[in-house]
Amino acid sequence: MDRREFTKLLGSMGLALVPGKAAASHPHGPLADGVGVLVDTTVCIGCRKCEWACNRSNNLPEEELSSFESKAAFDSYRRPDASHYTVVNEFKPNGEAIWAKTQCMHCEDPACVSACIVSAFKKRSDGVVAYDLSRCLGCRYCILACPFQIPAYEYDNAFTPQVRKCTFCIERLDEGKAPACVSICPVECLTYGKREELIELAHRKIERNPDRYVDHVYGEHEVGGTSWLYLSSVPMTELGFPDLGTDAVPCVTETIQHSIFKNFIPPIALFAFLCQIMWLTREHGNSDDAEKSDTVDAYGGGDEGGTAS
Amino acid sequence: MIEAAPIRHKFFTRGVYVLLAIALFGAFFAAKRFLYGIGAISNLNDQYPWGIWIAIDVASGVALAAGGFTTAALAHIFHRHRYAALVRPALLTALLGYTFVALGLMVDLGRFYNIWHPIMPSMWSGHSVLFEVGICVMIYLTVLYIEFLPIAVERFMGRVGLPGLLGSLNGLIEFLLRLFDRTLSRVMALFIVAGVLLSCLHQSSLGALMVIVPYKMHPLWHTPVLPLLFLLSAITVGFPMVILESIWASRSFGRKPEMHLLSSMGKAVSVMLFVYFSFKLGDMIIRGTLPWLLQPSLEAFMYLLEIIGGVVVPAVMLMSPKIRHSVPGLLASALMVVLGVVLNRINVFITAYTPVYATERYFPAIGEIAVTAGLIATLILMYRVMVMVFPVLAVETEADRAIDGRRDTQKGPPIKIAALAGRRNQ
Repeated sequence: MDRREFTKLLGSMGLALVPGKAAASHPHGPLADGVGVLVDTTVCIGCRKCEWACNRSNNLPEEELSSFESKAAFDSYRRPDASHYTVVNEFKPNGEAIWAKTQCMHCEDPACVSACIVSAFKKRSDGVVAYDLSRCLGCRYCILACPFQIPAYEYDNAFTPQVRKCTFCIERLDEGKAPACVSICPVECLTYGKREELIELAHRKIERNPDRYVDHVYGEHEVGGTSWLYLSSVPMTELGFPDLGTDAVPCVTETIQHSIFKNFIPPIALFAFLCQIMWLTREHGNSDDAEKSDTVDAYGGGDEGGTAS
Repeated sequence: MIEAAPIRHKFFTRGVYVLLAIALFGAFFAAKRFLYGIGAISNLNDQYPWGIWIAIDVASGVALAAGGFTTAALAHIFHRHRYAALVRPALLTALLGYTFVALGLMVDLGRFYNIWHPIMPSMWSGHSVLFEVGICVMIYLTVLYIEFLPIAVERFMGRVGLPGLLGSLNGLIEFLLRLFDRTLSRVMALFIVAGVLLSCLHQSSLGALMVIVPYKMHPLWHTPVLPLLFLLSAITVGFPMVILESIWASRSFGRKPEMHLLSSMGKAVSVMLFVYFSFKLGDMIIRGTLPWLLQPSLEAFMYLLEIIGGVVVPAVMLMSPKIRHSVPGLLASALMVVLGVVLNRINVFITAYTPVYATERYFPAIGEIAVTAGLIATLILMYRVMVMVFPVLAVETEADRAIDGRRDTQKGPPIKIAALAGRRNQ
């Protein structure tokens, strides 16, 4: 009897672990009021002024503007790191150079926010994914979880390392200004505004110039949507961006988590069930010492070890 | 009632010196980490933020400590009292295992001094799998120490005699021990059940940790049922750990392992291995990932090594009564299960992990290996200290000695198989 019940319980636990179809692909976002930036890679001239402005605005090293004028940086593919929140890379998919800026995408349903053990990452109501250093304990699960491989860590700092990534220039945003990179861009490759309006704008641009763009706004639906959106003449995967589905990354884990802990009923039920077994088998045990051989397996050996009777 | 007593044995042996050396080597690198940062002694970077400190120290450490809750469940929830002799050593292994998980984390966490943050209600993060793991592990570690209290009471009640200044505490400690003695036995059952529940929760959640990286994980391992597979493998590895630890401790202290108990555990392990294997196989068939095994790659090789070497072969070996009842046979198959689970955790957290912009594959640096090895060596030494201070290992009864015919009181030569074969028919 117990055995059958136990199997049933395991079965239902197993079922709970398989996320149902009912699970929304957007557990949280997209936000109605969120801001974003539209990057039109067909306009970018690869001047790297955004990198310079970012470093200056966020007090990162390499302050000299002249050091950003060198094109040698394009010789190898670069990633953002603990002292560079954004980098521009050069690609030549069809012979002609295309430049693409990379930084935190500020996802609508961010994996880092879902992963963080102490809620050091938060999705603000304006769409910014913000980091609160005072909570962080440096487990780096956010870095592991990010599908864009964006957060970076100060591995050589022994006592006060931080997770580093694009801040969306929160202070500037709170003052009503655009992010530093957007403000400095000399060719208006970057457009800052309400995310919903940017998506409309992007689709209008594609409609007006169908030959100029691939008919896809990267970030509109990727991993449930991102605040940063991209337009380009080639698929974004050719510009170093990952090929991602439309489901938000955290939805499977959060579905599992919330089914196991639904109102704490499953854990309490398991607790009660174990107590019940403990109570029901209490008599059986006393005679167990006298058991003749060790051929009965440790769990009571199936039918011959049945306990409830 | 099982009678246990502290082991009377020489502490320093050649093996102990070797372990001390390994521990010191690890301590050197740990010191370097606290002076110069994680980057100074590890190959961790923004591509691979987690390495063997998570895969081995934490994930494998927690899995291998599962013997504590499976043995407690067997003896106290399912009331198989003849296994009671194995409960205390398994409890001690779990207690030390989880303590060293916490110690290992202190090296891995960038801001280790904030390790207590998850306790603060203002920082609770119900959406985070890691939060659930962290909270469960913290509570379970507390439960393990509570479960260990009666052993401390048994050892020191009426015998508290701290020297010097600490002597003023003698009365208080004595009072606490007597208080525990009166109260604990009435509520211990609840703690034991809570321990089993907490174990089920966090053992499975450890697997859920990697579900969040669908785009960065090899399809052979990435599945939404990872939590279930982690729970099943943890339950499976519990008894093999008890077997290993019992045989090794017996060898080291020149005792006889409780082969009649261990062999029947071995039989159960065989069944559990087949259950685990069928879940693994079923998951692969449903997800259609079997073709990945046919492609020659490191991933396919590691997967097959894990499944064949760590699951299929020991499962078949343990089916044979002859192997099950021989010390080397049981030891070998238990070791294979344990290494198989460790390999599974390494595979899930390292082999399967493929960063989006990987420039080279992660391999642990000498410093990472040294710290992990040092922690394991220290854990084994602590086990030795604990069983010599506390009544953990069961006293060998007159009957046991009579059965064995002879008893090696000093150094333990390899246990004679013939003697054990005779014993099993008793």
